[in-house]
Amino acid sequence: MNIHEFQAKEILRKYGVPVLAGGVGHSPEETAEVARRLGGTVVVKAQIHAGGRGKAGGVKVVPSPEAAADFARGLLGKPLVTHQTGPDGRIVRQVLVESGCDIARELYFGVVVDRASGLVSVIASPEGGVEIEEVAAKTPDKIFHELIDPLIGFAPFQGRRLAFRLGLPKELVNKAVTFFTAVTRAFHECDASMVEINPLVVTKGGELIALDAKVSLDDNALFRHADLRAYRDEHEEDPREREAAKYDLSYIALTGNIGCMVNGAGLAMATMDIVKHAGGEPANFLDVGGGADKDKVREAFRILLSDTSVKAIFINVFGGILRCDVFAEGVVAAAREIGLSVPLVVRMEGTNVERGKEILAASGLAVESAADMAEGARLAVAAAERAAGGVK
Amino acid sequence: MSILVDRNTRVIVQGITGATGQFHARMCREYGTQIVGGVTPGKGGTDFEGVPVFDTVEQAVKATGADTTLIFVPPPFAADAVMEAADAGMPLAICITEGVPTLDMVRCMQFLRGKKTRLVGPNCPGVITPGQAKLGIMPGYIHKPGTIGVVSRSGTLTYEAVHQLTQMGIGQSTCVGIGGDPIIGTGFIDVLRLFQDDPGTEGVILIGEIGGTAEEEAAAFVKAHMTKPVAVFIAGQTAPKGKRMGHAGAIIAGGAGTAADKMRAFEAAGVRVAKSPADLGKTMAAALGR
Repeated sequence: MNIHEFQAKEILRKYGVPVLAGGVGHSPEETAEVARRLGGTVVVKAQIHAGGRGKAGGVKVVPSPEAAADFARGLLGKPLVTHQTGPDGRIVRQVLVESGCDIARELYFGVVVDRASGLVSVIASPEGGVEIEEVAAKTPDKIFHELIDPLIGFAPFQGRRLAFRLGLPKELVNKAVTFFTAVTRAFHECDASMVEINPLVVTKGGELIALDAKVSLDDNALFRHADLRAYRDEHEEDPREREAAKYDLSYIALTGNIGCMVNGAGLAMATMDIVKHAGGEPANFLDVGGGADKDKVREAFRILLSDTSVKAIFINVFGGILRCDVFAEGVVAAAREIGLSVPLVVRMEGTNVERGKEILAASGLAVESAADMAEGARLAVAAAERAAGGVK
Repeated sequence: MSILVDRNTRVIVQGITGATGQFHARMCREYGTQIVGGVTPGKGGTDFEGVPVFDTVEQAVKATGADTTLIFVPPPFAADAVMEAADAGMPLAICITEGVPTLDMVRCMQFLRGKKTRLVGPNCPGVITPGQAKLGIMPGYIHKPGTIGVVSRSGTLTYEAVHQLTQMGIGQSTCVGIGGDPIIGTGFIDVLRLFQDDPGTEGVILIGEIGGTAEEEAAAFVKAHMTKPVAVFIAGQTAPKGKRMGHAGAIIAGGAGTAADKMRAFEAAGVRVAKSPADLGKTMAAALGR
């Protein structure tokens, strides 16, 4: 689960990581109020779950509460398009107002889970304020790693080593170790999957401050963090993805016109691949999961049909735990209840497949049956082209 | 021959009295797997359809001589269940549970270091040696005894590959689902090494996914150490660029993680790569020279 910058900073502040004084504005008036309280020059930052806000015009240094309100007025309630949001952007519903600071240096500090070692890894770079991927591609020697021993935690010597590698003056080394240690503690105690502080700034006065902060939390661990669950912002989720999540379905909206319904993430990805191979474009990724029942299948169907760009539906199911007969019953019930407005191609294999095929055949629904996934993709692409009047 | 499990494997099921554990213990047993015991804390002394249930793994091992555990424990307790199995000296633990917190697995893997337990999973379909033993949730009947090893990060996509092989008359030595989580006990390379050393395996199908660098590392291993033919498919060729946050670890490693990168890595290692998931079986057959 991703959270907003101001929420990430709330967490970090709790763990003693220095962040700038600030507050959240939901309206121009509230923004001005926060700016007045802070006094002097402030920074107003649009709060959406995407990076690249600065370049997209979502961040501005302003000299007065009035200017803060003006800038907030131009952001609030409107979409902000960055290179990470897609063309529609995200609606800005709140801004973060922070005091300014005099920046001497910008560094990068991140904590992630390293798959290869199975450990939590700290990443630091003297090249802050730019995307770390860019640094990794251009100057990989400027990226430093430290793996954290899960029983010991981040050790002071690792902090010192990083601080010296980053070229911090010796007066700042202890401050840096405290800073790094606090961030890694926040990461562990919140069950984060990523914490990224970019930039971590060194001020002219010799302070280290988390100027920007991004935190992702491990969805699988949210059950033990009631306080962090409250950070969820439903506005940041695609409405169909949100609806899908309610029924424990994994759905990601894409831009094509062939609705896909599959069990299992790997097969769902492979199904998208084969649709593309057959000359079509998938409208979505949809994994109904292993334990799908009739209700889940019906909801999955409803979500697919609510996407008006869907011109054909391709169901590709390999029954394992999910039995084909149960699945077929769900499809029939859903089609009867919701009405089937587009051609439906079904490829079923696995547990109880014969019974599943009988159920579909006996239903009287106009279902095109496919013997394998290649044929299913071909039929679905052809059906979508027919439905779209031969125009792709 | 086979790897990891066979008809002599003596299995206990952790979480045998839960709905999922019951269902799959029954299915595995019907397939011919020797289910010799179960563990559910507080239900020791009872039995599940004639299989004795114990309170702890330690008791179960002592009483039954089990050498493998199949874990269906709910996510909050799954890492602990793996550690209990390791503490009891269990040589092989297969954890099916989906949704285990990542940091639980970080601690669990640290606990396993230096112990003799091999963990497969979590979040995996399990391991099957066709005609001998099924330790997992895969549909048994699509498999056919033979000489092709299958290793995969995915569940249902593995069934797809196996089904294609069986349809073509190509049987499997052992099929291993290593699991789709960021942190897993057994990786591609571990399984490739086992297949390379198994006289009963003539060739291997590897099914990868986008994200991480496990496939790139596997490609390097194949090039350096495998003499048996390998065929590969990578799912997610058309996946949209992930939200960067989820892939931070992979990206930092230097632009790895996309399907195209992984396919190139395997092609460079002289491995046959199926472009379409419908061609998995055909690609394997071609790699075998059939």
